[in-house]
Amino acid sequence: MAPGARPVLSIRGLRKSFGSVEVLKGIDLDVRARELVFVIGPSGSGKSTLLRCCNRLEEPTDGSILFDGIDVLSPRTDINAVRRRIGMVFQSFNLYPHMTAAGNVMLALRRVLKKGRAEADAIARAALARVGLADKAGSYPGELSGGQQQRVAIARALALEPVAVLFDEPTSALDPELVGSVLQVMRELREAGMTMVVVSHEMGFARAAADRVLFMDQGEIVEEGPPAQIFGAPRHARTRAFIEQIVRH
Amino acid sequence: MTRWERFLDTFFNVEVMARYLPKIAEGFVVTVELALLVVVSGLALGLLLAVVRTLRVRVLNALIVLYVDLFRALPPLVVIVLVYFGGPAAGWSPSGFVATWLSLAVVLSAFAEEIFWAGILAVPRGQWEAARSTGLGALQTLGWVVLPQAVRMTVPPLTNRTIAITKGTALGSVVAVSEILSSAQTAVSFSFNPSPLTLGAAAYLVLFIPVVMLGRWVETRFAWKR
Amino acid sequence: MLQTFFDLDIMRAALPYLLQGLWTTLLLVALVVPLGLAGGLIVALLSTSRRRSVRWPLVVYVDFFRAFPPLVLLIFIYAGLPFAGLELGAFASVAIGFFLNTSSYYGEILRAGIESVARGQMEAARSTGLTKAQAMAWVVLPQAVRNVLPDLVGNTLEVAKLTSLASVVALPELLFAARSAQSLTFNPSPIVLAALIYFVLLWPFVRLLSRLEHRTLAGR
Repeated sequence: MAPGARPVLSIRGLRKSFGSVEVLKGIDLDVRARELVFVIGPSGSGKSTLLRCCNRLEEPTDGSILFDGIDVLSPRTDINAVRRRIGMVFQSFNLYPHMTAAGNVMLALRRVLKKGRAEADAIARAALARVGLADKAGSYPGELSGGQQQRVAIARALALEPVAVLFDEPTSALDPELVGSVLQVMRELREAGMTMVVVSHEMGFARAAADRVLFMDQGEIVEEGPPAQIFGAPRHARTRAFIEQIVRH
Repeated sequence: MTRWERFLDTFFNVEVMARYLPKIAEGFVVTVELALLVVVSGLALGLLLAVVRTLRVRVLNALIVLYVDLFRALPPLVVIVLVYFGGPAAGWSPSGFVATWLSLAVVLSAFAEEIFWAGILAVPRGQWEAARSTGLGALQTLGWVVLPQAVRMTVPPLTNRTIAITKGTALGSVVAVSEILSSAQTAVSFSFNPSPLTLGAAAYLVLFIPVVMLGRWVETRFAWKR
Repeated sequence: MLQTFFDLDIMRAALPYLLQGLWTTLLLVALVVPLGLAGGLIVALLSTSRRRSVRWPLVVYVDFFRAFPPLVLLIFIYAGLPFAGLELGAFASVAIGFFLNTSSYYGEILRAGIESVARGQMEAARSTGLTKAQAMAWVVLPQAVRNVLPDLVGNTLEVAKLTSLASVVALPELLFAARSAQSLTFNPSPIVLAALIYFVLLWPFVRLLSRLEHRTLAGR
């Protein structure tokens, strides 16, 4: 499905410092509806911080973020209302260990969207079915494999019917044989037209599924373009060096 | 009389025990009431203080730390004596029961705050972030995601501390609370025989051994599969 | 109000008396802590025995004195034993009562510490020819103590606070001195002063304990 023209996420001049270290040095980025933007770069380049600023898990130092027409950084904005419309998937899953898979998915449905138990339960089961875990609704995170846990985390984000989903290195904590199941779910999401921003090292997935690839280094977007360009003919020396290093490994 | 018989007659005198059993039983009830009040109010206050501390208001946190340090450093008996004998000088004369209850509850709340707070800090940051990313507010996250995990972690140390402080109800005997120990002591002075003390000691064991077992039960009840 | 609870004249007059009491308190701590630690160490070492007939009575000993309010124990020794012709006096009663209570707590803590040291440590030490006692002393115990250091410090703090119970059997330690001064002057200032002394004395240990506890949690 082709990306729409309307930007869902619009970032201008975004800066973030931790103490005296500037991690983001003025990021401009538009993500259109149904687009899959893939972010690559060496560790410490600011990729994760960029994602975490989008729903204000980190407080940006400067700049503006518009999400679905809402000024995310305005103090008048109800950030909790924005957050439930931006899904987020974490590297370490962050499932609640004291709740079942269904319980994990239902919590925000019940406490944020104030849905009744029966309705929340039905939505949770549908979301779990969507990630191929219909039979694991009653399992605790400790009883699931890493790949299954990450899919529950994706279901937790999807159940809230988000406008876009941010993926922060969703497969980095997984054993290699479990990566495929998570990527499969992400591929299906893309085919269904979900707007996604993915920070990851899965270059094969980026090549096959991304509309656009950004290369970040030292807090800046060095280069962006279609996957064929970034992986096949990078213009920037820094990009080339990074791609070569990745390919060699 | 053999030496053994004399020992039994002194410390396990059935007749004396039977005579003072009702008094000790009354003391038992007072001890249980006092212990329950201390546990419920002390833990509730400790939890409240720990929750307030998560708001990270600088002045409030400094006050909470001072409060916690103060009541962890002061011997509970000193607090009881201060409240009971100092209260009247401030125009407030608490009964021994109230003085013991308040003092032990405050001491327990100080320890409980520290334990709850440590538990809250031990819950990984990612749990907060995951919950907040789905739109839950700070207090909702605390209540539904963080505290259930923190409390689970704190059950063992909290149980030990709670038992230690409820044993402190015996200190009430110093300020004329007619709990087990004080009833037993009165009985000894009337009967000139220490058997009531033996009975009182047994009463404490009857009371606290189930408490220890209850603590273990709570521990397994709160366990979740990891 | 401030005048009532912080009457400086009364405090100044009571201070020498309270310092005398403080001396007794410190003496008690200096006696009970090493004895309790030594007793606890013996309990802990014997608890690692393979023989049930050794282990079982120790479990009873430890649980009995942990489930027993120390004040009840103290009263029993001080006011009960004389009926059996055993008149120990206040100081000895306090020392024995607190020893029984404290050694069972230290014993439980040290036992947990020894159990927390990996079995391989003992085996490695024995494989280099050390005797069991040497391996325990040089390899296992140092690690055990480090693992349970917060609990050891915490219990020592509890012992220091425990000494205030000696006032109940008229041993003239800090709290007893304060209560006598209070009953003579009909003013709570001496008790406030005693509380201040306890706080100043024990606060550094509370801070230390707090730091140790948080370090243990962070290391997990």
